[in-house]
Amino acid sequence: MIARDRVSKLTQNLVLLFLGVLFILPLLWVLFASVNRTAGLRVELPTDPTFANFKAVLNVTTTYRPVLNGIVLCGGSALLTMLCSVLAAYPLSRFKTKFNRPFLLTVLFCTGLPITAVMVPVYGLFVQLNLVDTLGGTILFMATSSLPFAIWLTKTFMDGVPISLEEAAWVDGASNMQALRRIVLPLMWPGIAVVGIFTFIGMWGNFFVPFMLLLSPERLPASVSIFTFFGQYGEPNYGQLAAYSLIYTMPVLLLYLLLSRKLGGAFALGGAIKG
Amino acid sequence: MTTTAPAVPAPIGSKPADQSGPPRGAKLFKMLPLAPAIGLMLVFLAGPILYCVYAAFTNMALTGTGAANVQFVGLDNFRKAFGSHAFTNSIWLTLVFTLISAIIGQNTLGLGLALLMRRSTKVVRSFVGTAVIGAWVLPEVVAAYLLSAFFNTDGTLNVILHKVGLPGQDWLYAAPIIAVSIANIWRGTAFSMLVYSAALSEVPKEIEESAEMDGATGLRRLIFVTLPMISRAIMTNLMLITLQTLSVFGLIFAMTRGGPGTKSQTLPLYMYEQAFSFSQIGYGTAIALVMLAIGAVFSLIYLRGLNSEAA
Repeated sequence: MIARDRVSKLTQNLVLLFLGVLFILPLLWVLFASVNRTAGLRVELPTDPTFANFKAVLNVTTTYRPVLNGIVLCGGSALLTMLCSVLAAYPLSRFKTKFNRPFLLTVLFCTGLPITAVMVPVYGLFVQLNLVDTLGGTILFMATSSLPFAIWLTKTFMDGVPISLEEAAWVDGASNMQALRRIVLPLMWPGIAVVGIFTFIGMWGNFFVPFMLLLSPERLPASVSIFTFFGQYGEPNYGQLAAYSLIYTMPVLLLYLLLSRKLGGAFALGGAIKG
Repeated sequence: MTTTAPAVPAPIGSKPADQSGPPRGAKLFKMLPLAPAIGLMLVFLAGPILYCVYAAFTNMALTGTGAANVQFVGLDNFRKAFGSHAFTNSIWLTLVFTLISAIIGQNTLGLGLALLMRRSTKVVRSFVGTAVIGAWVLPEVVAAYLLSAFFNTDGTLNVILHKVGLPGQDWLYAAPIIAVSIANIWRGTAFSMLVYSAALSEVPKEIEESAEMDGATGLRRLIFVTLPMISRAIMTNLMLITLQTLSVFGLIFAMTRGGPGTKSQTLPLYMYEQAFSFSQIGYGTAIALVMLAIGAVFSLIYLRGLNSEAA
């Protein structure tokens, strides 16, 4: 029995290891190619490692400006999303009305709304409102599109803060908003951080929305400007593309590490999915 | 916003939710913090969707007759769509893509990984977890480039295939929809894995152990004990990943642009081409409406599953 257990455990580990290797293979390419002067399309150890690719892409037009645009765009949207979803989650979590369930179901449905489907009329709306090619307009739309999931997540976290604490504050004459700011928020900051970081990561990788709503090269975030590597010049420089991909990925990687360090592996999603 | 709201007199121990008949005005006032979120969603989500419904029945276009004078054309756009090979082809590809990459791929692989990780050694677990999540946090376009390189004639996949004596080929040319499906599995499995890890961690150990005592083998235990206990998570996960996958655009666009020809042109790419490359706004929104309808059908199926579970 014990021997059989050990065999089955070994098999499980081996299967898992095999799957892990499959997942890591494509990732190896970007790591090796970025330090390879003559990078091609296959995974190969660079014979003469170099930082030349990084040096080549680290300039204003290729890297600094798109990354900065991305930070403004995604940071602004994430802040707006967090503000709106915290405010919205409070009444949903604290006051049970007939309105809550249908509203939350609508929100859940919107969570999965194919945003690609809405882009045609949104583009039309932006033309009408003169918002095409403005960072502000794009921030508004990106924030809105991530609101449903953020509201859902924030409400779940807020439900975890016992209401009895606020009741004491209410007795002492605090308003709802005061209770939210002084009592609820300090107790659920890890949850708020999760919502914010998740929203940011989602937007950082979002290609379609800025691709549709922004036009000028000097406003494009990194997720779109990466396309310029495949310009009219034919074969792209794969080494530089890999180096740029790594630089572009770095912020979300750091945020994700921060998230999992602070809050432990599977943390938030479980709570959100329980519904 | 912070100072003028009246305190809610709530005696300790009673939930304000159960207050009997607070004045209507006060109730509205309490829901006021919802206003910014609702406002944004009305303008930028509900508005465009309603507009979608309107434009889908017109001949709206950026050029030609539909640009100068927008007219109702009834069901013409839908008739045109369902009569067109390119459209039915894209519906078909979208369903194949969703079935292979989300429902079978991400879902099953995510569940498998989560199950295997429960009993694996810590080192293996963190290695695999990092690899899978690493693929997930990569921005969409970067993921697309990595996988394009992987599937290319000169790419890693063919190198491996040659090593074991199998013939390679240009995967993105020969089997583009399979290639982009695998790319989507590679990129999206982490989400399902995290969801299932969380769900499994809440299954009480005693229940599985007692099933084991009763002589249930691994597979039977999984089917009759473990899976039913996480069925809510399965339904929710299926719903989220199906809807996400239906609207995947950037990954396919960056890998194949829908090609070669239209061999990987899913609905979002077809819609993009019609509405923006060919300027047929009316026709494009009709396609968008079909997409929303497909999403709604999937949601309803899963929501039914959820509700029957809850009951």
